[in-house]
Amino acid sequence: MAEEIAAAVPAQRLNPHTPSRLLTGARAGALLVPTGAIAVSLLLFGVFVAFARINPLAVYGYMIEGAVGSWFSIQNTLIRAAPLVLTALCTALPAQVGLMIIGGEGAFVVGGLCAAMAGVALLHAPPLVALLAMAAAGIAAGGLWIALVGALRYWRGVNETISSLLLNYIAIAILNQLVEGLFRDPRSLNKPASPSIGDGHMLGNIPGTEIHWGLVIGIVVCVLAYILIRHTTIGFAARIAGGNPRAARMVGLPIGKLILLTCFLGGAAAGLAGAIEIAAVQESASADLIAGYGYTGILVAFLARQNPLAVVPVAILLGGISASGGLLQRHLGLPDAATVVLQGMIFVCILASDTVYGRIAWFKTAEAGR
Amino acid sequence: MAFDRLSRRRVLTSAAALGATTALATSWPLRRAFAADTVVGFVYVGPHDDFGYNQSHAQGAAAVRKMTGVKVLEEENVPEDVAVAKTMESMIEEDGASLLFPTSFGYFDPYILRAAPKFTKVRFEHCGGLWTPQNPMNIGSYFGYIFEAQYINGIIAGAASKTGKLGFVAAKPIPQVLQNINAFTLGARLVNPAASTQLIFTGDWSMPIKEAEATNSLIDQGIDVVTMHVDSPKVVVQTAAKRGAMVCGYHCSQAALAPDAYLTGAEWNWTDLYPKFVAMWMKGEPIPNFYRGGFKEGLIKQSPYGPKVPAAAAKRADEVKAALTAGDYVIFKGPIQDNTGKTVIAAGDALIQTNGTDIKLEAMGFLVEGVLGSLPA
Repeated sequence: MAEEIAAAVPAQRLNPHTPSRLLTGARAGALLVPTGAIAVSLLLFGVFVAFARINPLAVYGYMIEGAVGSWFSIQNTLIRAAPLVLTALCTALPAQVGLMIIGGEGAFVVGGLCAAMAGVALLHAPPLVALLAMAAAGIAAGGLWIALVGALRYWRGVNETISSLLLNYIAIAILNQLVEGLFRDPRSLNKPASPSIGDGHMLGNIPGTEIHWGLVIGIVVCVLAYILIRHTTIGFAARIAGGNPRAARMVGLPIGKLILLTCFLGGAAAGLAGAIEIAAVQESASADLIAGYGYTGILVAFLARQNPLAVVPVAILLGGISASGGLLQRHLGLPDAATVVLQGMIFVCILASDTVYGRIAWFKTAEAGR
Repeated sequence: MAFDRLSRRRVLTSAAALGATTALATSWPLRRAFAADTVVGFVYVGPHDDFGYNQSHAQGAAAVRKMTGVKVLEEENVPEDVAVAKTMESMIEEDGASLLFPTSFGYFDPYILRAAPKFTKVRFEHCGGLWTPQNPMNIGSYFGYIFEAQYINGIIAGAASKTGKLGFVAAKPIPQVLQNINAFTLGARLVNPAASTQLIFTGDWSMPIKEAEATNSLIDQGIDVVTMHVDSPKVVVQTAAKRGAMVCGYHCSQAALAPDAYLTGAEWNWTDLYPKFVAMWMKGEPIPNFYRGGFKEGLIKQSPYGPKVPAAAAKRADEVKAALTAGDYVIFKGPIQDNTGKTVIAAGDALIQTNGTDIKLEAMGFLVEGVLGSLPA
């Protein structure tokens, strides 16, 4: 009797025929698994620094201080999160149709480069015109860059992960070639860079803060992406195509268009991030555009489980980790690589947690079926 | 009078409060006090132990650390984007730094130029930048004529080479790099007029794989002495030594990596300059806004000669070094032709190393005769 009840409870909990329960379970899982994984990775990181004979509590203290301890550190965190919010979408959006794109870095670079070109061409135009043109140039360049990956995948069967990765190197080579040649400001003697887009054409800060408008733009784009994916037929079709391409083809969904569209939108987000980096921070295109925001964006997308809305808090989390890295270096003598180790631990824990999560569910189902 | 009010309970509570406060102050990292120490911050673009550019600055920081009344902050791997802006602000606002050494070239424009007007009481000392009187007065830029030491490298390399074929692994075709390539070649041709320098650009400051490939390909061509201008010479030095070639170092001494193959090297001497600047700052003396110098001013130094350096070459190199130190030796002295046969410095003309005033020297855009290689159009 007791055995029967014990067996029945998990069965009921995991009964796939009760959709409302399944939904809450999935939602709770989507929240709990990554949170748990981050907690575990922080603990592991504590063990790691303890081996380096550094007090883990001091490390956690500095991390909190450096990330959210003061108005200065909160702004520092948010500024670092701003580009990640957008570059993460470059992986998260194509992931909906089942593509694994890691070309955010390349889209970011070409987006920034083309935005700088637009900005330089419109040096004497009104600021709003110049800014809109820069954004459009960034969006178009980044979007087409990743759409190319989608096209290669759909028509030629080229693996999108490899091609998007290789396109990163091509983007970087194009950037270097141009800022050291045709598009070089002759005054940039010892540091090849493009001409400046002009002080007056910079994207300003949110009043009362030192955070540029890029963060707000990024959050708005994430919300729009979420609505597109969750609340439109296009998004629904994309998710069907991602979940079961064969079934999607059987019901006549336009797989090619869906692939191209999500790839374009993902690339456009990263390209926009590049444009914002030029317009709000760097002023001119140079090798400094290659700052790794595209690669960190992949991490953000995975931590957010490819959910455009979850990208925002995760980007802020990683922004906080990188903001606190300075304090760890200066006060505890931890090398910069420590924050990279922490990021890596979070990533591995998230990936591992997915497996564990699946296993436990499987275990429970097996038990229930006994 | 006050004592009679000191009840046992009061003593206990205040003792506990004091204990708790002390415990908080010492254990909780959020509360830090730096008393009256002068806080000096160093920012590096790469790892502080890269056997190269960043290590040379970290050695300077280590020398400052030995001074009394100074607290040194260091942060490595800080990219040339918003990260450096935030690192500088954080050093100033959270740690009370009053003197900063953001050491990478790309930190200058726009990040230091933007920060300086915001923190007028803070001094920004930037390595390599070209401060002009239009820039804020609380910025200083300093740099060394390290090509003088590359010239000495060239003299040693030209004499030590059996084949007369030398190799140069360079990052980017920018003036500071071209000065080194040209000076190295002129030095080598001073002792061996037939010597040539095969040049390979890797395209970026830190490209370990390309640097190894370039070194291997140079040695495959029969080159027996290699030098470089990249952020971390480690890979080139180790690869050359493994292949049995000789090597001249750059930025700081790499002798420890290849004791036998290492001939000599062009080194920064920040261990001398940084304590000087910090002492001036602490005393309230003005630090020059624009500072350049070579052997004469003590901004650079030469690695001790290795076992493979011929005695005659060492003697010749020491003579030239003495003349450079005395300040009466000019390296880029006409007539000098570039490697396409065009005269770039006419007879009687010269590019003189005098505190950065020679714009033609700072904007060098040619390769001298004897360099095998070309610049992008």
